[in-house]
Amino acid sequence: MPESAHDSLVVVDLSYQYPDGNEALRGVNLRIPRGERVAVLGPNGAGKTTLVLHLNGILTGVGSVHVAGTLVAPSNFAEIRRRVGVVFQDPDDQLFMPTVREDVAFGPANLGLKGDELDQRVDWALDQVDMREFVNRAPHHLSFGQRRRVALATVLSMEPEILVLDEPSSNLDPASRRELAEIVQRLDITLLMVTHDLPYALQICPRAVVMSRGQIVGDGPTREVLLDEPLMSANRLELPYGFDPSSVPAAGTIKQ
Amino acid sequence: MATTNAQSPSPSGSAASSAVSAASPTHAHSHGSSDGLYIPRDTYLHGIPAPVKVVAAVSFIFVVVATPPTLYWAFGVYALLVFAMVVAARLPLLTFGKRMLIEVPFVIFALFIPIVGAGPRVEVLGLSLSEAGLISCWNILAKGTLGVSISVLLASTTTARDLLSGLERLKVPNLLVQIAGFMLRYVYVVRDDVERMRIARESRGFHVKGPAQWKVLAQAGAALFVRSYERGERVHLAMLSRGYNGSIPNAAPVALHTRDWLIALMFPLSALAVLLTALATRA
Repeated sequence: MPESAHDSLVVVDLSYQYPDGNEALRGVNLRIPRGERVAVLGPNGAGKTTLVLHLNGILTGVGSVHVAGTLVAPSNFAEIRRRVGVVFQDPDDQLFMPTVREDVAFGPANLGLKGDELDQRVDWALDQVDMREFVNRAPHHLSFGQRRRVALATVLSMEPEILVLDEPSSNLDPASRRELAEIVQRLDITLLMVTHDLPYALQICPRAVVMSRGQIVGDGPTREVLLDEPLMSANRLELPYGFDPSSVPAAGTIKQ
Repeated sequence: MATTNAQSPSPSGSAASSAVSAASPTHAHSHGSSDGLYIPRDTYLHGIPAPVKVVAAVSFIFVVVATPPTLYWAFGVYALLVFAMVVAARLPLLTFGKRMLIEVPFVIFALFIPIVGAGPRVEVLGLSLSEAGLISCWNILAKGTLGVSISVLLASTTTARDLLSGLERLKVPNLLVQIAGFMLRYVYVVRDDVERMRIARESRGFHVKGPAQWKVLAQAGAALFVRSYERGERVHLAMLSRGYNGSIPNAAPVALHTRDWLIALMFPLSALAVLLTALATRA
């Protein structure tokens, strides 16, 4: 088997068919070394979200997913869900507790942390996203950008091996979008980022993979992927008006 | 994790967050809507732990309900007891009165009982009313009003969150407490959904003028249901992703002191004393 302890994520021949017969994944292979930041690009319906739901065993298809060398299987879902931190697109879905503190504490408390240790973990996670002063707020009193940052803290508090962000920049105003990028960039963590925001992918992720119709059809340094016009147009990927990937600094080189 | 936090939070922010682990109910007042009907005041009544207050309030209601309706003066004393509590909690009387109005739809039916009731009739202001009906009406009105006032008192002096953890403490089934908690969290999200749908409707020239428009409102209601249902599924996914296994981990429970129990239970116990006295003097 190709997986090793140096890979945060190894997906091998993963296929999944929804109960209605829709084949969402058709043999996905993906390997992400520890510490690498990878963008998953692709049109709507390409299977990006379905792939995300396989990473922590919410969905289980044919094939295998290994997280840090551990196979994703029902017997170790608890461990897998600690190691894979998924931040969903709508923070209102993710923040379901009455206060920021309780929400950030939800994951680690499920892992059995309590008392001072739990409090420290909550403070630490909120520091990572610059939201510590909002610890006693109710989620619906925060701005959308703040809620998304707290949603990020709710999974960071579980100290995941790999962070999965589903459309992290959607619905953010430009300042919140930039702040979130800065926060994500200074995290020392393996990152899988599903996004339609191509400049964001270039800014944050040195590597990008392109998904189409349930398969990975492109994989390489983000700038090269964005400049590959046949690949881009074949998969309904379009750069924003006036954006030239070769004219802006890209995220650092791929870690080996 | 080797991360450096360049912008450290403001000194006041970090000081506040380091001292929050023991959040007392009296300090959680700055964001009204999340606290339900809570009216922050620094009174002894506010400080009593929620489970104690719930037990006191529910047993008081039991005593009230157990009182025969014809022991009129006992109800007067109960009302005085409640009024004393409202004053002791320094609740604004006008707000308290407005909150009592929730009772109105329920008691309206009680007002019809004397008119349609059977049995011997009495003349009141030119109306022929059933005697037994009058007593039933009084029974519902008095007990309903007292019950509602106690509930409003409880909700005004306890944050919704403390109430929930109090219920959990009192061994109310965990699932029910979780459902109530989610309702508390998502009622504002759903309200915003409703508001956005209303604005979208009215932006396209829709106004409710009468029953002809009810169909559209019903469809909007159905759409809201589906939306909320789907949101419920997404929330559940997010919970599973963070290791949810059927119970919501609870923060550090509040200590319950015997003194709080003794003082809070004085309330239903004095009502019980009133009831027993009334029964004894009647006999």
